[in-house]
Amino acid sequence: MSSTGFNSRNGTGQTYANGPSQNPGMGFNIGSQAPYSPMPTKGPVAPGAGLYNSGPYQPGPPAGPYQPGPPAGAYQPGPPAGAFQPGPQAGPYQPAAPVSSYHPPPGQPPLTRPPMGGPPPTLTPPQSSSPAPRMPHAQATPPPPAAMSHNYYPNQPPQQSPSPAWQYGAAAPPAAAPHGAMRAPPSGPVGNHVGPMNPAATLLPPQPSPSSSAGYAPTPLAPVPHSTAPGSGPGPVPLHGYTQPGNASTPPPMAPHPYQPASAPYGALPTGHAMPPMGPPPMGNATPPPPKAEGPSAGNGHQAPYAFNHLENKMAGAPQSGPPGRHLGHYPSLPPGYNNTPASQGAAPPMHPPMQTAPSQYPPQPQLYQQPPGGPGLAQMSSSLASLSLQGNTPEALRVVNLLQERNLLPAGPIPAPTPPLPQDLQKVNCNPEVFRCTLSSIPQTQSLLNKAKLPLGLLLHPFKDLSVTLQLPVVTSSTIVRCRSCRTYINPFVSFLDQRRWKCNLCFRVNDVPEEFMYNPISRSYGEPQKRPEVQNATIEFIAPSEYMLRPPQPAVYLFVLDVSHNAVETGYLNVVCQSLLDNISALPGDTRTKVGFITFDSTIHFYNLQEGLSQPQMLIVSDIEEIFLPTPDSLLVNLNECKELVQDLLKSLPHIFEKTMETQSALGPALQAAFKLLSPTGGRVSVFQTQLPSMGVGALKSREDPNQRASAKDIQHLAPATDFYKKLALDCSGQQVAVDLFLLSAQYCDLASLGCISRYSAGSVYYYPSYHHQHNPAQVERFEKDLKRYLTRKIGFEAVMRIRCTKGLSIHTFHGNFFVRSTDLLSLPNVNPDAGFAVQMSIEENLVDMQVVSFQAALLYTSSKGERRIRVHTLCLPVVNSLTDVFAGADVQAVTGLLASMAVDRSVSASLGDARDAMTNAAIDSLASYRHAALTIQQPGLLAPACLRLFPLYVLALLKQKAFRTGTSTRLDDRVFSMCQLKFQPLVYAMLMIHPTLYRVDDLSDQGALNISERTIPQPRELQLSVEKLCREGAFLMDAGSVMHLWVGRSCNPSFLTQVLGVPDYAALPQNMYQLPELETAESQRTRAFIGWLREQRPFYPSLHIIRDDSPQKGDFMQNMIEDRTESALSYYEFLLHMQQQISK
Amino acid sequence: MAFTFAAFCYMLALLLTAALIFFAIWHIIAFDELKTDYKNPIDQCNTLNPLVLPEYLIHVFFCVMFFCAAEWLTLGLNMPLLAYHVWRYMTRPVMSGPGLYDPTTIMNADILAYCQKEGWCKLAFYLLSFFYYLYGVYLLFLLCTLSCSGAAVFGAGVQHSWFYTKRAPRTADIH
Repeated sequence: MSSTGFNSRNGTGQTYANGPSQNPGMGFNIGSQAPYSPMPTKGPVAPGAGLYNSGPYQPGPPAGPYQPGPPAGAYQPGPPAGAFQPGPQAGPYQPAAPVSSYHPPPGQPPLTRPPMGGPPPTLTPPQSSSPAPRMPHAQATPPPPAAMSHNYYPNQPPQQSPSPAWQYGAAAPPAAAPHGAMRAPPSGPVGNHVGPMNPAATLLPPQPSPSSSAGYAPTPLAPVPHSTAPGSGPGPVPLHGYTQPGNASTPPPMAPHPYQPASAPYGALPTGHAMPPMGPPPMGNATPPPPKAEGPSAGNGHQAPYAFNHLENKMAGAPQSGPPGRHLGHYPSLPPGYNNTPASQGAAPPMHPPMQTAPSQYPPQPQLYQQPPGGPGLAQMSSSLASLSLQGNTPEALRVVNLLQERNLLPAGPIPAPTPPLPQDLQKVNCNPEVFRCTLSSIPQTQSLLNKAKLPLGLLLHPFKDLSVTLQLPVVTSSTIVRCRSCRTYINPFVSFLDQRRWKCNLCFRVNDVPEEFMYNPISRSYGEPQKRPEVQNATIEFIAPSEYMLRPPQPAVYLFVLDVSHNAVETGYLNVVCQSLLDNISALPGDTRTKVGFITFDSTIHFYNLQEGLSQPQMLIVSDIEEIFLPTPDSLLVNLNECKELVQDLLKSLPHIFEKTMETQSALGPALQAAFKLLSPTGGRVSVFQTQLPSMGVGALKSREDPNQRASAKDIQHLAPATDFYKKLALDCSGQQVAVDLFLLSAQYCDLASLGCISRYSAGSVYYYPSYHHQHNPAQVERFEKDLKRYLTRKIGFEAVMRIRCTKGLSIHTFHGNFFVRSTDLLSLPNVNPDAGFAVQMSIEENLVDMQVVSFQAALLYTSSKGERRIRVHTLCLPVVNSLTDVFAGADVQAVTGLLASMAVDRSVSASLGDARDAMTNAAIDSLASYRHAALTIQQPGLLAPACLRLFPLYVLALLKQKAFRTGTSTRLDDRVFSMCQLKFQPLVYAMLMIHPTLYRVDDLSDQGALNISERTIPQPRELQLSVEKLCREGAFLMDAGSVMHLWVGRSCNPSFLTQVLGVPDYAALPQNMYQLPELETAESQRTRAFIGWLREQRPFYPSLHIIRDDSPQKGDFMQNMIEDRTESALSYYEFLLHMQQQISK
Repeated sequence: MAFTFAAFCYMLALLLTAALIFFAIWHIIAFDELKTDYKNPIDQCNTLNPLVLPEYLIHVFFCVMFFCAAEWLTLGLNMPLLAYHVWRYMTRPVMSGPGLYDPTTIMNADILAYCQKEGWCKLAFYLLSFFYYLYGVYLLFLLCTLSCSGAAVFGAGVQHSWFYTKRAPRTADIH
């Protein structure tokens, strides 16, 4: 996921908005850049709430620059950047409420402009050639001037707004070097407040700020922005993101004013006023990008309608090179937009591709993808023109995309979260979308508007994310934490200060007093500037809580390990790995001098280990009365780790040998868990359970419910709900005593994860599942287990936590998704919180949000750190309220929508049935696009139309339908399915998206072109390919990154140099069937490939195992089943799915 | 005879419905408390769950009584609720103890709203049936009084069949 610390995104737009600059390259951003400058004193100054209201906003220039005229180049540059530089200097001292700051100046002229000339006649294709060319007729709007530029650059994608990658600069490399002075790490509490001196900087990923310019640079092969920044000098300069290499001289257009509550920019969409050809970027009400059409910009290629063939040649051409691969495609026939052969099937409407022509249309040679001169080119161009004219005045997010005709929808790099159209000063301090994002980044004003949009409204949170990697976390120590007196909201950047002594809560609108000590600003050491306090400058902040936030003294870190030692468990050999891993990491366990550990093992009896100081060796105590479990020596089973480290180490060394010969096959998991609960209930803590088989004795015994014959059933899947409530009740008991249970399931057989998983689900634990784990037969799993365990043992942990989510009055929380216990309507009880847990919240709008321009959401996580400190981490997200359906659609965040939908579907499949859940997902896609078509589009044209921001929605929904959790008709083990459902619910969105829609790269031709440089490593950045066999070829090697597993598929006639230089085998035949890692060769190719895979692995907290797959290996199925765009026996291909959707929509 | 079995049924139902009204009010208050964060859902479920079966059993009990008393109309009016109770209990979440409410799902806005609505509907139903039973008791007593005196006055063989007694008031009115 992209890092979105680039608050300056809007900043640049803002600047444009306030005065188009002659020189988009430099200088005009100085105002908004202030926070990024290495001058620490500047930091606190710039992002003040009322920062820009005096300068930049009001003097919004009239619409003059929009005078009709020739395309891009013709815009009259507005006042030079310098004109509004005073803004920031004047602003900070204005205590005006931020909310009021983005009222548009009254009487702002709408963005209308006289219509421009019609489409260039020479380009208009014959009506009959294909359905696409009809489009110019379908809508009366003349194409915008940008169309002309298409003329000049026929091989380029038609004009378009900035691609997302372009705006966000893709993922922030986690390892980027911090930026000098701005990045002062939070030190310990000093005085009243300690934190980064520069609040704005804390929201940024730790790249050097100059690099952010690179983030905007449309380098096609480098989704991650660092290396190729044109002019990425130090300092604030490069932040204006919209300059492309090709158009630096073109002045950007400008919006009359940055924020229009009335949403004029979007509202104008359907009526097709001739306007500058491109709208603002997604969400960018306030930030119109520069004209796009004027220059070749390969980075945007993926978005070009009809232009895929050019792109195929230019960008994805290499992967296409193998003729054999072509035959693998599953498309029964090609829709007109999907291939390039002209006119032959032009008469057929796109939705009914003629079957008989299919084989011949499939170009067997990549050369056929070349655009033949003449006919088709014209047709394509004109159809692009058609869409151009449609999109004339719409923001990029609302560009109409005909899904049936556009094939290359995937961007080259990661898909960024949309930026809400907030005023720059609010957006700059807004919460990082990796931590907190909303499915609709523009909140609809009423529930009925939300219902009309048919998109789920919800939040996706990753509240305890490791923040030191990507952004800094200011930590505040203060004796009083300023909160609203009525709703208890923590003071945040989105509150408004009425005057120096009073602030108005942004959630309940109560006016509160500013306490005396809040008047002192520890950063500037000045008095009387409460707006400059770090609490008011950072949307993500952590407080060290005083004693009022404790019900009892903060608990120590307590870890209890519950290990299955039955015969089955010993057979898998996991015990060695666990013990070894613990031995290695025992000093790295988070904690302080009070840290306690304990061990329980179990088979048909429960074994406790007395580790009390003074014993010469650990003492094993066996309790065989599993009906009524008791603790043999309650005081000495949990021992202080520091005092008894030797005994613990002794135990860990001997444990695998004690049970080597065991013949006990039963497993009494239930009683063992009860014992663990009894042991931990006085303190709270974490229980890690390792289980390898179905519990068969005592309470909580389970029976196998899976019928292997039903695995592939297309009918409804049974037994997704727990068989017993024992584990749930125990989990609730645990939750009440602040005990969390993490479950590691290592099993080849059915373990009934649906029942067992409850123990973790309701105690806020995590579930790890290693199917078919065996120390010899499955080395890939062993490696994954080792790495996961290392991360698990050493990652940050928060104890006795609660998280409360507050939102502005009028909104209410509907449902929570994730692992926790809901203690009240907005409060989650989390006995443990870990950095890898994500949450989703469904929201509903209870009262109409009229009179509000923004709403805020605040997630406050109160926890005890492993050092025994009580801390509160507060994230605040601010989003605009819109009242038109188009604006709602423009703000849709397709990944968040997909993530929330997946969580809802999991609930549905458990509470109703899997079939229901599948239907609901399909309907969600159909309904939203239908509603877009009927309500948001005034110009009807054939095809399946989607706004650009939702163009991937059908693909993601199809991917969900083919996901292990929801697929039918393909043999799926029940546990795999249930685990997949668990993951969809509790993984943070970034990782869940990888699971849902894996990424495919071609890796046999990695080059350093466009590569990233992170801490002196060069990381190549291949382009993401669509998940279709069509993209594979025998000559290549392809890496599929599916989150927890990576497949490297090696084609049968793979490039020999790849085989020798990377895989270290002389030829394809010598490639072993089971290969799980790349040999460390000294060749450049090997280093590149390993650097790339290593980089992918570093980006997530768990360890994806690598499977190297031959074309004929049995694991090929695992690889192929992720080819979600292709048809399988039981599931539709992407194109068929689109046709199905279209049918439903036009009904 | 002044006191028929049917009259007894109505009197019993009257008292039990009064109890059920208290159950329904308790239910509504409990869910309101849940919604306004006054109570922990685990505690709330622990207090609500034991009351579910008694409520259902009370209702089943006087339904059976009406069946025995052959009060078909009254029974018919109660049948929908009876069927609903059976369905509700059949589709309850997997639970080892008696009861309906699962603390892990009860905070879901849909379920919470459903339970609240259920509480209000039941309260309305019980209130209405309370007055209906009151009316039934009143009629039967009136009838008994009248028929007893009527038997004395007219000396006619007034049959104290339940069916007859129920129809009797009209005769009495005529006189």
